[in-house]
Amino acid sequence: MFRLEIGSYVERVIDWMTIHWAGFFGAIREGLSAVIGWFGWLFLHIPFVLFVVLLVLLAWRVAGKGVAVFTAVGLLIIRSMNLWTQTMQTLSMITTATLIALLIGIPLGIWMSRSEKANDIIRPILDFMQTMPAFVYLIPAVYFFDLGEVPGTVATVIFAMPPVVRLTNLGIRQVPKDVIEASRAFGATGNQMLFKVQIPLAMPTILAGLNQTIMLSLSMVVISSMIGAKGLGIPVLNGITQLKVGEGFEGGLAVVILAMVLDRITQGLGRFRERKDARKHSSK
Amino acid sequence: MPKLEVKALSKVFGQNPEKILSLLERGENKKSVLKKTGHSVGVNHAAFQVEEGEIFVVMGLSGSGKSTLIRCLNLLIRPTAGEVLIDGENIVTCTRDRLLEIRRKKVAMVFQNFALLPHRSVESNVAFGLELQGVPQEDRLQKARNAIELVGLKGYENSLPAQLSGGMQQRVGLARALATDPDILLMDEAFSALDPLIRKEMQDELLSLQDRMHKTIIFITHDLDEALKLGNRIAIMKDGVIVQIGTPEEILTSPADDYVREFVQDVNRVKVVTASTIMKNPDPVAFAKDGLRVAVRKMREASISSIFVLDKDRHVKGLLTIDSAIELLKDNRTDMDSVLNRDILSVGPDTSIEELLPLVINSKYPLVVVDEEKKMIGFIVKVSVLAGIIGEGA
Repeated sequence: MFRLEIGSYVERVIDWMTIHWAGFFGAIREGLSAVIGWFGWLFLHIPFVLFVVLLVLLAWRVAGKGVAVFTAVGLLIIRSMNLWTQTMQTLSMITTATLIALLIGIPLGIWMSRSEKANDIIRPILDFMQTMPAFVYLIPAVYFFDLGEVPGTVATVIFAMPPVVRLTNLGIRQVPKDVIEASRAFGATGNQMLFKVQIPLAMPTILAGLNQTIMLSLSMVVISSMIGAKGLGIPVLNGITQLKVGEGFEGGLAVVILAMVLDRITQGLGRFRERKDARKHSSK
Repeated sequence: MPKLEVKALSKVFGQNPEKILSLLERGENKKSVLKKTGHSVGVNHAAFQVEEGEIFVVMGLSGSGKSTLIRCLNLLIRPTAGEVLIDGENIVTCTRDRLLEIRRKKVAMVFQNFALLPHRSVESNVAFGLELQGVPQEDRLQKARNAIELVGLKGYENSLPAQLSGGMQQRVGLARALATDPDILLMDEAFSALDPLIRKEMQDELLSLQDRMHKTIIFITHDLDEALKLGNRIAIMKDGVIVQIGTPEEILTSPADDYVREFVQDVNRVKVVTASTIMKNPDPVAFAKDGLRVAVRKMREASISSIFVLDKDRHVKGLLTIDSAIELLKDNRTDMDSVLNRDILSVGPDTSIEELLPLVINSKYPLVVVDEEKKMIGFIVKVSVLAGIIGEGA
């Protein structure tokens, strides 16, 4: 049997990119680092009490009393474990990663929904992004972006973006044919169709994609910490490498609490929109 | 100029539709084309004209191509060949911008399953067409509210479609189509998804709206009763071909082929066939100025026992029977006015058999059919009403 030297090809490509695209990667590093830093600064400068109050109010409004109580208790537990700073660092990373995933993912999903060719090309790439073990592209990410939050965020975007692409595509494709036909019959242009019909009708599905993307970014927290990202991954990593079971558990618990709070709130967002519509229309 | 004219319109679905056209020219039909080439013929050389203010119904069973045909009229489906002329302008060859303009202002459509935007209120659904045109918000909401009132949905402006019944949702669909004040309404099985009672109500409503608005309406249906009720003219489609175009009565009384004949077999003719179809020619008639003897001679020549007597304007004066004429002659009198039977009922040519029945049963004499100027154009005897009901040509 002959051997395909895929590994060495990849190495050569990566080396070449590291040298020749250094400026490009440098710019991305600076940009991402600034965004993550800004969110980190923001989250850490909001007083703990105010942060809790704001998040609880949001939870109450979109997801109800139960989630609000859970949010308050959960955040207090995190605080009492002395993990508040790390939680805010993680939050700023996943916020950045999620924003970038949406910024790239929604247009990609729209494109896929409109072109079979784009659909055929992008689909296997999404499979690749989701199933290739994250450790594999963590190393090139370090080559390109150095250690720290930035390669972690890039790896997180790669891993967490596919759901929002897929679900945007799915949501738009699921818009009933007759509604599309009616819009065309009344003279809608392509853009009018997209913004007035397809995206509004696909919104619940797109929001489900957002929720998935946030959950997946949280699952990358510990892996990111292996390449020097600060945040909740550090105590977990310490737990593993230094056999500090307690510290590891506390870090893990904080991740779970953060995940559940964000999950309930983003899920509530979808239902909240419907309730709001119904209220608006029945009150008049 | 007709409002809408369709010339040699064909639509073939498949890999290589243009190629199939020559097969159709040679007289191949939907079935043989499908068998030989795997192409599906939607519409095969359709041609018709619709006049302004007319309700033109296209009727056919599923698969007859009627839905494809109506979608070719606003180019939701692009025909493979042929022309669609709206006010003389061929929309198949016009620019994209012009097509948008026509869809926005001239032609509106109502859909079988309503096709409303579920996330928008009734008001905002109705204003949708105007919104696409870029009409300012205040203006379009005003027009939308007018259209909503027109279809009888006042008070539901802020409801969501899902909160309304099927019939009400289709009223929203109708209001949405009317809000842009189009010349032409395309209605694709618009009432087929509704319960029979609601459907009847919507049909009546459409007819009464049409009395006020005089739109040009193309109405697609698979329901013959609906076609007969709504249509000024009806086109019957089968396998993509229009097999007959005619008024409801023409379709019923002289079906073009066995397919149409079979179709109309079970129709309730009583509602559709009118006096003008079953009436007999008023020949012979007597004129008052010609006098009694001429009248008697005419009766003898035609071997009939009574005759209508008209004045010089062909207005009916009465019915002269042979018996009373002979009585008069015996007395050597000729003033036939004195013996005419004057309790003759007259009806218009559009009176349906349903309305004629009670009249003809209670009347001793034949009914007279008169035109708008009260001139006699025919008469109806009991037996012609019966013949009309069972479909034997009068």
